[in-house]
Amino acid sequence: MTAINLYDGQVVNHHILSVLVQNRPGVLARVAGLFARRGYNIFSLAVAPAESSGMSRITIVVDVESTPLEQITKQLFKLIDVIKISELDPRSSVERELLIATVKAPEENRGHIVELVNIFEGKIIAVAQMVLTVSLEGHPDKLDDFEELLGGYGIVELQRTGRVALPKIDRGTRGHAAKQFPASSSSSSSSTTSGKAG
Amino acid sequence: MTERITGAQALIRALEHENVELIFGYPGGCILPAYDPLVDSDIRHVLVRHEQGAGHMAEGYAQVSGKPGVTMVTSGPAATNLVTPLMDAYMDSIPMVAITGQVGTAAIGTDAFQECDTVGITRACTKHNELVMSAQDIPMAVRQAFHIATTGRPGPTLIDIPKDCLQNEMTWTWPTDEEVLASLPGYRPNVKGHARMIKEAARTILASERPIIYAGGGILKSRAADALRELAELIDTYVVTTLMARGAFPDEHPLCIGMPGMHGNATAVTAMQKSDLLIALGSRFDDRITGKVDSFAPDAKIIHVDIDPAEQGKVRRPDVPIVGDAKYVIEEIIKEIKSLLAAGTVQADTSAWKSKVSGWREQFPMTYEPAEPGAPLKPQYCIEQLSDLAPEHTIVASGVGQHQMYASHFWQFNEPYTWLNSGGLGTMGYSIPAAIGAKAAKPDSVVWAIDGDGCFQMTAQELVTAAVEELPIKVAVLNNSYLGMVRQWQEMFYDERYSGVLLDQKLPDFVKWAEAMGCVGILVESPEEVGPAIEKANSINDRPVVIEFRTDASELVFPMVPAGQSNDELILHPTQQEKAGELS
Ligand SMILES: Cc1ncc(C[n+]2csc(CCOP(=O)(O)OP(=O)(O)O)c2C)c(N)n1
Repeated sequence: MTAINLYDGQVVNHHILSVLVQNRPGVLARVAGLFARRGYNIFSLAVAPAESSGMSRITIVVDVESTPLEQITKQLFKLIDVIKISELDPRSSVERELLIATVKAPEENRGHIVELVNIFEGKIIAVAQMVLTVSLEGHPDKLDDFEELLGGYGIVELQRTGRVALPKIDRGTRGHAAKQFPASSSSSSSSTTSGKAG
Repeated sequence: MTERITGAQALIRALEHENVELIFGYPGGCILPAYDPLVDSDIRHVLVRHEQGAGHMAEGYAQVSGKPGVTMVTSGPAATNLVTPLMDAYMDSIPMVAITGQVGTAAIGTDAFQECDTVGITRACTKHNELVMSAQDIPMAVRQAFHIATTGRPGPTLIDIPKDCLQNEMTWTWPTDEEVLASLPGYRPNVKGHARMIKEAARTILASERPIIYAGGGILKSRAADALRELAELIDTYVVTTLMARGAFPDEHPLCIGMPGMHGNATAVTAMQKSDLLIALGSRFDDRITGKVDSFAPDAKIIHVDIDPAEQGKVRRPDVPIVGDAKYVIEEIIKEIKSLLAAGTVQADTSAWKSKVSGWREQFPMTYEPAEPGAPLKPQYCIEQLSDLAPEHTIVASGVGQHQMYASHFWQFNEPYTWLNSGGLGTMGYSIPAAIGAKAAKPDSVVWAIDGDGCFQMTAQELVTAAVEELPIKVAVLNNSYLGMVRQWQEMFYDERYSGVLLDQKLPDFVKWAEAMGCVGILVESPEEVGPAIEKANSINDRPVVIEFRTDASELVFPMVPAGQSNDELILHPTQQEKAGELS
């Protein structure tokens, strides 16, 4: 379990699940419905087609204060459309998120904001008389910092995508970064993680 | 050669390919096209009186036959009427396939007449469901639905088919097993337990001095009754059978100590509490079994065999988790124990424990006080008589309430698949339709529904189905004129402030109602009438029979663990309370 800094600065225990699903009608509703029905909390969720056709990957950041992650993963895995679940440890995975925001940018602040965007290696994507729309892609922690600093100038609207994540590439000697469901039978230390619920 | 047929024809043919012999259904607008090819099929259609009845009939049929029950209804209100039995089947892991009609694909999302989001509504009460969007997809959807319903942890599945998909033509194909598996890459139930864990289970069992086998409904699902018996006898260990597992291990067997839980008998509840090892086989540590979880069987190690990985550790963390089919795993554990014994391992001495448990069993049998002369009947007495007079292989389906607990306590279950009840959802109204489904599966067995007067009034109209479709079940209504179980809670926990529980002393007239539905109706008020009435009912085979037993409204179900409390707080029958101290 790792502490992730929330947007509002609170530190809460969160976990990242990368869920490979068959891309069939209603699959997102099934996943979301399961979380709602069993009282699990979703912190953020991002979904898009995955590498192989007919598959999507859902990255879910879950609040594991309420329920042990193991129960969430097992219940999720009972969904027929769920093919694989990787439990990503932020220390051994790559995480990215995109933020776009429209900020108040009167004459006197405009230079400061442009400078801030440049320091963070973000982009200015639209300019108007009194406002700027800026974007930043990067690690969610970096986005948190950026968001906080932007806040000082007055945010008109802001949208973040929720994080997406993949395990760090295995360089041969290190083990796989992610715990997976189903676990391969040879490496499974207990039968609880292998096999699929009926 | 390509054969062009309609989606409706493909549906019925697909059901034939799945060896469906019976559909419990109710037609209507959107499903109409599927009713046409049914005329030419050997599949029997049982026309019910309410879709909820169809669902429970499919459940009863499935539980007795081991085959999936099938129900087919139209869209909208018919589909929503199926929600209760779907949830019931989901909770009790009953294989069932529901087919619902849907408005045409072009009308979906327009709030068309009798449109409802059936797949959305039933998502949380099915193991899987699917909206078919083309006639061509029907055979695969049917194959998937049957495969998913019957494998792994069984459960209900639903296929929602828009009317135009039933009307349109398609090219008939029947998917192969490989194609079905390939279409479900995320579904691979694990049948074989982990070999190392099975070894660990065998060692743990032989080392235990106070073991108890905790047998659940999974034993019946995996058809593991024989394996269970062999294991129990091999290790000479007492077995508790949960409400879902009554009959999975014979009540008459010297190692059977009966039902545990909130209304479990004192021996079963206490033996679990004091054991040092619970061998949980196809059971799920339901809150009605554990009572307050923190104080449940505090000294027990847990071996947990279940086909559903999510059950492992959901309530109680197992010491030896084994995900697999109960029958397969039990047989492997038996082999492992035998080879350990052959290699010289000696089983721990369980004799002190065994004599302790058998002492409890002698001291604390299920009991009730016989009725005073002229007083109303005791419900327990009626059940005892029904059980004593039941022909071999009689099947019992019960409703939900006090009568359900009396039935579980006082009926002798010696055969698997002779007890049906709504364990997980606790659905009043389950018994009559479930009994009808059971009768359809086993026409040669006597099938009794044991019902309360409350439950009876929820689904009694299905007795018309029973009469018309020649499925002559027998119903014992234990009429205490109250919602008895709720009344019991109000008496014990709400200072006898009775609220909304008195049905009526006189109404309905059950005998007349039975007769109006084409059944024989019998009223029984005194103990001498009980036996003869049951014998008369057992001798009638051409019509359903309803016996109304006027029973004592003040009778309470004991023992009882008050909700949320520890199983150590078991309240015994008043006549046994003074010796409660001996349960330690
Ligand atoms: C559909 C449904 N509604 C309500 C309940 C709550 N409930 C549980 S037992 C019970 C009383 C049952 O009364 P009756 O059928 O007369 O049986 P008795 O307890 O008197 O034997 C009620 C209302 C339920 N289990 N199911």
